[in-house]
Amino acid sequence: MTTLTTLRPDLQLIADWVAPASRVLDLGCGEGELLAWLQQHKQVNGYGVDFDVNNVVRCVKAGVNAIQGDLEAGLAEFEDQRFEHVVLSQTIQAMQHTEEILQEMLRVGREAIVTFPNFGYWQNRWQIMQGHMPVSDDMPYQWYNTPNIHWCMLGDFENLCAKNHIRVLERVVMTHGRQVNFLPNLRGSLAFYRVGRV
Amino acid sequence: MSNLSSSVGIVTPQHADFATPLPLNSGHVLASYRLTFETYGTLNAARSNGILICHALSGHHHVAGRYSPDDKAAGWWDNMVGPGKPIDTNRFFVVGVNNLGGCHGSTGPSSIDPDCGQPWGSRFPVMTVPDWVTAQARLADRLGIDRWAAVIGGSLGGMQALQWSIDYPERIAHALVIASAPKLSAQNIAFNDVARQAIITDPDFLGGDFYAAGTIPRRGLRLARMLGHITYLSDDGMGEKFGRMLRSGEYQFGYDVEFEIESYLRYQGDKFSDYFDANTYLLMTKALDYFDPAKDYGGDLVAALKKATASFLVASFTSDWRFSPERSRETVKALIAAGKRVSYGEIESVHGHDAFLMTDQPYVDLMQAYLDRVAEEVNA
Repeated sequence: MTTLTTLRPDLQLIADWVAPASRVLDLGCGEGELLAWLQQHKQVNGYGVDFDVNNVVRCVKAGVNAIQGDLEAGLAEFEDQRFEHVVLSQTIQAMQHTEEILQEMLRVGREAIVTFPNFGYWQNRWQIMQGHMPVSDDMPYQWYNTPNIHWCMLGDFENLCAKNHIRVLERVVMTHGRQVNFLPNLRGSLAFYRVGRV
Repeated sequence: MSNLSSSVGIVTPQHADFATPLPLNSGHVLASYRLTFETYGTLNAARSNGILICHALSGHHHVAGRYSPDDKAAGWWDNMVGPGKPIDTNRFFVVGVNNLGGCHGSTGPSSIDPDCGQPWGSRFPVMTVPDWVTAQARLADRLGIDRWAAVIGGSLGGMQALQWSIDYPERIAHALVIASAPKLSAQNIAFNDVARQAIITDPDFLGGDFYAAGTIPRRGLRLARMLGHITYLSDDGMGEKFGRMLRSGEYQFGYDVEFEIESYLRYQGDKFSDYFDANTYLLMTKALDYFDPAKDYGGDLVAALKKATASFLVASFTSDWRFSPERSRETVKALIAAGKRVSYGEIESVHGHDAFLMTDQPYVDLMQAYLDRVAEEVNA
């Protein structure tokens, strides 16, 4: 097995939030790099879920348990409170059933980790002021081919949590792999939330 | 990669005779019996690279290779088993076995009952999946395999792989359960019963003891196979292959073969009735109907799977309506709830239930990726 020594900075931050030897569900797990790292470094016990069979194949290659499934249809394969952490990394903005997946995550898990590109990032605002929809490293699509249909800023996500009686346990905002503490909704391109039931 | 270069080549079936009585689920005891099997590849020194292939309703031990250079057909899973193929015979020692009650060499209804020197016929006991697994475990003992690197099967074969993980948790490292189900639905049992009725009501069936009379319930077998075949294909797949094509191009306004699909089904039915034993067909469908590992655990599949220690690969095919993806997801859900290591692929395919015997690319990739991991684990 290839040992992954370095993770992408955004995945590393998520990994830091995961308790050793915990049970983790990674939604939209892609090639399984987060779970592979967590298995090797934190002895977690996890499953990834991905819509794409080729990603399931890649996960299997990486030694990660992967379940092919459609997040839009909910998480019926998983029983209540099965996991300590449920991760949804840079996927929520591309989902139809935004509220439902949040609720499902906290049904099957004690805590949810949600990350998304912050639409309020100044570079995005700047592009809008110039008369164009934002395109960036975190949002590399044109308006006509983007899978991202539900954009939000920090406050919007926090309002949605409040509406669903979900408590924000921790928030980190990053730009180019560096943490942003001053004016995060303006200066941060990626938002990371750790949330749980009130 | 050409088929020829990646074949296991010429193979020969082997036999293992057992004199230790086999107590069966039905309460009967099989005093002695023979298992016919084939092996491909080499068992390593640690005896850790054994893979057991379990067959489905009409399958047998002849999984890969050919019996002679001019043998027209290769084994039934030759596209998956061989050198460089997902079930790689350069790395694994692969065993195919004909199940008890079969008609390809293992003791079954058409074999001679040593007690009376006549074919067993209607007196042959009904087999269940756990009975087969017990017999397979005895074959493993005989081959010196304490623990399979993997037990693999599609459909009824997948049920055996699942049963292995429950009955012999310490003897199986991986279970690959493909196009299968944790138990049959009412609709599935219904299809099986129509097939059985076709056979049983054939006047040539003679209550199952047709061997001495020199008859074969050909009509019944043929209908059973035709019905089965329809359910193994998808509507789309059948439409793509046959559509409404007519053999002569015009309606004949009669009841002879007109549509290509009729011709195909009749051909398949005829071919099948030439070689398959009617009693074996009945027995295999019953084994399917009875399979329900959760039954001993108050219907709780999670409880049934609790003691399993294997890792699992579950796969299903989108157009399979006989063993639909929903049924595979039941297995997956129970495995996750039981805390087992499991991966699940839902393969896009037009081939219906038969897809488990085909080579849709994501399916081959998934099998390859999973079995690469297995090989790494057992140092094959």
